[in-house]
Amino acid sequence: MERSLSERYHRQRILREFGVIGQRKLLQTSVLVVGAGGLGCPALLYLTAAGFGRIGIIDNGLIELSNLHRQILYGTQDIGKKKVSCAKDALQKVNSDVEIDTFDVHLTSSNAIDIIAGYDIVIDGTDNFESRYLINDACAILERPLIYGAVSKYEGQVAIFANGINYRDIFPHPPKDGEIMNCSEAGVLNILPGIIGNFQANECIKLVTGIGEPLIGKLLTYNALNNQTYTVEIDRTELSKQLRPKSKQAFQEVDYAYLCAVQQASLEEISAEELRSLYTHNNIDIVDVREAFETPKLKKYSPIEIPLSTLDKEIRWIQKEIVVFVCQSGKRSLLAARRYTEMIQPQKKMVYSLKGGINSLERPI
Amino acid sequence: MAISILFFGQLTDVTGCSQLKIAHVRDTDQLKDSLVERYPLLAHTKYVIAIDKKIIRTNVMLPQEVEVALLPPFSGG
Repeated sequence: MERSLSERYHRQRILREFGVIGQRKLLQTSVLVVGAGGLGCPALLYLTAAGFGRIGIIDNGLIELSNLHRQILYGTQDIGKKKVSCAKDALQKVNSDVEIDTFDVHLTSSNAIDIIAGYDIVIDGTDNFESRYLINDACAILERPLIYGAVSKYEGQVAIFANGINYRDIFPHPPKDGEIMNCSEAGVLNILPGIIGNFQANECIKLVTGIGEPLIGKLLTYNALNNQTYTVEIDRTELSKQLRPKSKQAFQEVDYAYLCAVQQASLEEISAEELRSLYTHNNIDIVDVREAFETPKLKKYSPIEIPLSTLDKEIRWIQKEIVVFVCQSGKRSLLAARRYTEMIQPQKKMVYSLKGGINSLERPI
Repeated sequence: MAISILFFGQLTDVTGCSQLKIAHVRDTDQLKDSLVERYPLLAHTKYVIAIDKKIIRTNVMLPQEVEVALLPPFSGG
């Protein structure tokens, strides 16, 4: 190993379990990071600094101001620029010995196999189920270890899918509309994807160097509020095998966008504009099902505030003939509208949910 | 003689709590029914059950002292 290399990695090289051999293994390994966002940025930063041989980045997004609190490879001056180019520039400043490939594309079933096949390990740093199922199925076909990470408000999940175990062994089918109240717009504390992205980078280094116990076939949940972790074991399942496309060709024929499409129940949902015109009626109750701490408040519509979890107990407060449920992004409110319809005699009332939630209102306050 | 139940992620939006102890029930099907009775929205929510830190797929008999975790899928990144 050259002197400069030996100096750069000195602090990890002197770890007995890691050593020169561990460093050489990193150098010989290529990693693909899908998504250069909240999870991808910290993972990329540490994998590059650690000295992996080659790193691929896929993302077709542009940098937005609202990305910057957690996507730490980018600065204010990068707004509007391509994520992959800015990420590459930032990473090469950290460590120019690492070869960085960029793919300014959206990963689809037609390009995934070709791109993923060029790497030894894949890190999933995406933010939607369509990409997650697509990456999972492609990695299963190509037998590439997949390091999964995902966040929701203050909690994150991490797992390594390898040795025949994959995401479909936990959740065989993509969720249907309303099954996940994962209002991504409900927010995320900036440090959380930072922690989870680093968990992913850590698992990647452990997997390659053989140090410790990588989370193969285990799903770890981390809670940033109480620092607790909870790890469960995953078993191979027959159902997962049946549901996954078995060949590259079968994979390329799957329409993941359709498979994971949020099927909107159009009848129950209204737009912000429809809400405004409905609000001219006197016999309308607007019900905000968010938790008390969530903002912005909907003062203009003087809503009744009933958090989703207490809806059943508080139903008596909803008395008018027209009822519109609202939440941050329109998912919890849809669930609430359905539950409310179950509990009352629907023919007597008109029950709606605000599609897109409070985020869809131009001036919510 | 009790079951302790842990709720993760946005399941806590439905339950309003992250932990619960309930009297022993026979199996996971009964447990699900009793939870849906308590939290009707759970019926519409996707999650997987882990019994003593192992994910299960079918109805499983519950031992006297057991920890059950309900884990939803996360998608954010």
